Amino acid sequence: MAQAPLLAIDGLRVAFDAEGGTLQAVRGVALDVRPGECLAVVGESGSGKSQLFLACLGLLAENGRATGSACLDGDELIGSPEAQLETVRGARVGLVSQDPMNALTPHLRIGAQLVEYVTDRGLMSRSQARARALELLGAVGIDDPESRFGQYPHELSGGQRQRVAIAMALMPGPGLLVADEPTTALDVTVQAQVLQVLRRLREGGLTIVLITHDLAVVAGVADRVAVMYAGVVVELAPVAGLFASPRHPYTRALLDSIPRLDAPADRLSGIEGQPPGPHERIVGCAFAPRCRQARDQCRRSEPAPQAAGESVWACHAPLPRGWTT
Amino acid sequence: MSTPLLEVRGLRVEYPARGWGGRRGSVVPALHGLDLALDDGRSLGIVGESGCGKSTLVRSALGLVAPSDGEVRWRGWTVDTRDRARMRQMRREMQVVFQDPFGSLDPRLTAGESVAEALQALEGVTDAAPTRQRVSAAFAAVGLDASLASRYPHELSGGQCQRVAIARATIVRPRLLICDEPVSALDVSVQAQIVNLLAELRRRDRTALLFISHNLAVVRHLCEEVAVLYLGRIVERAPRDSLFLAPRHPYTRALLAAVPDPDPGEAARRSRAESPTVVADRLPAAGGCPFSPRCPLAVDRCRIEPPELESTGDGAVAACHRWRELPTAQLD
Repeated sequence: MAQAPLLAIDGLRVAFDAEGGTLQAVRGVALDVRPGECLAVVGESGSGKSQLFLACLGLLAENGRATGSACLDGDELIGSPEAQLETVRGARVGLVSQDPMNALTPHLRIGAQLVEYVTDRGLMSRSQARARALELLGAVGIDDPESRFGQYPHELSGGQRQRVAIAMALMPGPGLLVADEPTTALDVTVQAQVLQVLRRLREGGLTIVLITHDLAVVAGVADRVAVMYAGVVVELAPVAGLFASPRHPYTRALLDSIPRLDAPADRLSGIEGQPPGPHERIVGCAFAPRCRQARDQCRRSEPAPQAAGESVWACHAPLPRGWTT
Repeated sequence: MSTPLLEVRGLRVEYPARGWGGRRGSVVPALHGLDLALDDGRSLGIVGESGCGKSTLVRSALGLVAPSDGEVRWRGWTVDTRDRARMRQMRREMQVVFQDPFGSLDPRLTAGESVAEALQALEGVTDAAPTRQRVSAAFAAVGLDASLASRYPHELSGGQCQRVAIARATIVRPRLLICDEPVSALDVSVQAQIVNLLAELRRRDRTALLFISHNLAVVRHLCEEVAVLYLGRIVERAPRDSLFLAPRHPYTRALLAAVPDPDPGEAARRSRAESPTVVADRLPAAGGCPFSPRCPLAVDRCRIEPPELESTGDGAVAACHRWRELPTAQLD
């Protein structure tokens, strides 16, 4: 029997009130994050991947509304009071975003930021916090943490800042780290380094949700991958199976779009067309207009999720299975 | 031998140093004496991390920053911003596409107006009928539906804006198209569309391409030759196949190794074998090879004596004291 999930999302919907009607950003997602795993959530801009987790943390924009359920260790997050969400964000879930300068204050020294992040809320004493900060800076691969303590964010490189932001998110000892596009703004070499840090944290037992638009980066880090398209999860599978034999045509197309060093250098296979806009009313499968396998049924009815073993996909015409887990 | 389309000789560009520590009059070099040539109809990729001087190179080629030393030559003519007539001609023949697809379009102009503006400014075409005809041909060439011509940039997706920027750059049939990280801000599926589009336009018009990117995998799809820049210097320049199959410089190898492998088994294997080359935190060396602080192969000589570019065979050059000792069997 599988372990109880750390975060259990069910029937989650996120909508925004906007001029000209309601925008549906997340259209009903069920997803479990298991303790100790790294779950990658992959999707293109507008797929709802970030809003899904921002909704869980009560961080939607003013005009956003979330319905459905998201339970963190049994505690319902959706619709819970702001005070409770603050505890969740402050201590139980760490969040790292694309731009580390969102997390770091430019005029405070690194050490002070890390320490005060927890002492301000009385989570630990100054000496405890200092010891933990030094330990975490070491864990995220910052050379000579003692001397970094006295530096300001602008004295660090982008990759170092991102690793400091990860250390800061981990200061209160959260059970879950949500990393939203943590490597998108970084050079490839630095990206490799940050991914290595995530891998090590995961090996140390941390549960991680890695949100990204780039399937290539998740291959070496994630245990399972959820692929989102137009506000729904279209496929969820263990990483090896998903890459070797995806069932959903969108996953296949995304995999084929990745420029590779080891493939013929002639033509890249993109995905023609574009995802539906947030205003569009979706009938049937949202991917159908761009899908080479699409049949009439796909344009009429929304495919229900089907499961086999560890994998789930939502497609009327799934690709044949070539892989068994 | 024919004159290269674009030639850079001993190009040095310095920026005035700012900040607390910088003395008045002190300078930061962004490019340290660069030599490059691009022939008509050919494609050259420039690869490197942030701060390597990629964008400064683009700005110098366009005549937007003045070299401190050396020169940029356009079809044999030394670029001189005082010669307005020649500059004007050069700017028609040399077009640019930038990274940020929204930032490079005027938000107050529709997509069609933006493209027509290029035609008016560079070719003086103002009559409605020929403008309309050329604009719709340019839209078709970049795979944009004609109905999008009346939309404003904020009504378009990132990929569509980038297509508009490409239409605007190519409507005047330039001899050289410079692309500065044109796909870095785009989703992977859209990135593939744009890379394919650039390849098609190149096949159709035989436009030369200078393609700047930090992503080697993308460069491999578009460029016949690749130059790798590190802290303002070329550390390796080679034809595509020799660069990707037999990279000579340890930095090129580090860049290749850092491209994420979309294969879970391979990625896991590689992460275990990951070399410290990737660490980007160390400061550049004061003397010696600029890459030596990060280089897993650096020896004492590398820290003292700066390596010069030397031929490594197959038309490739590399600046490394130890390239001969690197195993030739490549990136397994």
